[in-house]
Amino acid sequence: MSNIPSDLKYTKSHEWVRVSGDTATVGISDHAQGELTDVVFVELPEAGRKVKAGEACAVVESVKTASDIYSPVSGEIVALNQPVTDNPALVNTEPYAGGWFFKIKLSNPAELNALLSPEDYKKQIGG
Amino acid sequence: MLKRTALFSAHQNLGARLIDFGGWEMPVQYTSITDEHLAVRNAAGIFDISHMGEVTVSGAGAADFLNSILTNDIRKLTPGIGQYTLMCNERGTVIDDLYAYRLCGDVYFLIINASRIEADVAWMQAQAVKFPRRSELSLTDASHNYAAVAVQGPRVKEFINAVIPGASISALRVNAVTDLKKNQIGGFKFENQSVLVSRTGYTGEDGFETVGSDDAIRHVWDKTLAAGAPFGVKPCGLGARDTLRTEVCYPLYGHELDEETTPIEAGVGFFVSLDKGEFNGRSVLAEQKASGVRKKLIAFKMTDKCAPPRPHYPIWANGASVGSVTSGTQSPSLNVGIGMGFVPPEFAKPDTTIEIEIRGKRFAAVVVQKPIYHR
Repeated sequence: MSNIPSDLKYTKSHEWVRVSGDTATVGISDHAQGELTDVVFVELPEAGRKVKAGEACAVVESVKTASDIYSPVSGEIVALNQPVTDNPALVNTEPYAGGWFFKIKLSNPAELNALLSPEDYKKQIGG
Repeated sequence: MLKRTALFSAHQNLGARLIDFGGWEMPVQYTSITDEHLAVRNAAGIFDISHMGEVTVSGAGAADFLNSILTNDIRKLTPGIGQYTLMCNERGTVIDDLYAYRLCGDVYFLIINASRIEADVAWMQAQAVKFPRRSELSLTDASHNYAAVAVQGPRVKEFINAVIPGASISALRVNAVTDLKKNQIGGFKFENQSVLVSRTGYTGEDGFETVGSDDAIRHVWDKTLAAGAPFGVKPCGLGARDTLRTEVCYPLYGHELDEETTPIEAGVGFFVSLDKGEFNGRSVLAEQKASGVRKKLIAFKMTDKCAPPRPHYPIWANGASVGSVTSGTQSPSLNVGIGMGFVPPEFAKPDTTIEIEIRGKRFAAVVVQKPIYHR
């Protein structure tokens, strides 16, 4: 049974979003890390990059495969989680804490309304 | 509809993640590729290899026929011994790589790749029609009759006799399964059926492969997990099978071997016996052994911190793209990106600096001696 914190928003592609003021922190869900298993590499975007909602902007690699991470919202990348690139296993052990990827300054906060609620995400993953 | 092996429900019960592998619904992993990989390197693991094909070739003409279609010298096999070998076409390129066993007298047993069963059998039948002594030859695709498991790892010898107890009942006489030496095969009685057990595998570790009826292999699977539990045995999927064989640089058909590649280019010339007489592809292979090849399979390790190399990534040397990766992964044993790939011979020497292109950027790697991983 995977953990789906109630204070976050989610995407169909398994990213989570934590909003604080005009900034969103992005990571992948416990369900997603369980599907990937053995995360061995995380590639983050450049700070300052402007991304659109749905744009591939990071890569997570398990032993078996590489998976794109899509930005759930539009905006500018303002912070990166360097520790997760040094220790990619954080994605497996702390998907909602030390395993976050980047922070985005929202350019269109209305996009947040299109994201999945914890209940809807739970339904999507068949939980 | 994907094909399923006799162990399909066992995989489901263990919560395996299943994938399409050459038309078969097979487990890629049960818990984690890394954990399964390390279980095989340090203790033991069991793999379902029932999807692989089995062909029996028998009769007074069998040895000469096999020597005309396979690269290794079948005459080296005494009853109860097997050898790795390759089947090439007239261009010397590889139709399949396989294990050929001599069970007794004129009876040979071939284990072939699942994805190549149809191609191999069609090719062998066409070759048999052209074989002058075809009346002294019987060739049967027995793939549907057999399931199989590989039990691999340094601790397997401590419990395999409890799984398949007793002495052999075949031409090769041994008192117990663990008395088999590397590449030997014996028939053993197992729950009133007979199974074939060989001391072989494709992981770089000691281990045994067992071929038998669906029913027998289901019981071997269950008994192995039970008897092996105190020794740390884990069910292992194709993901770990791939990382294990990549670390020890065993080629996989469709990656390092195909109908555009010869055994010499793929670095398995040791299994090509040029002095045994005529066989398919011999003149091309002899020419390559004498005058060299245009592409050569290398093994490499990443030296930059970067994503793991993957199949089809370009290989660069001296500022130009010179080849591509055939197998690549993060090595669970060494915790570094590793792989194999084809490059022109001038870049194939160990210690040559190369680069692997990963998503448009190039990262440094170094050519290393095979195997990449040593015990």
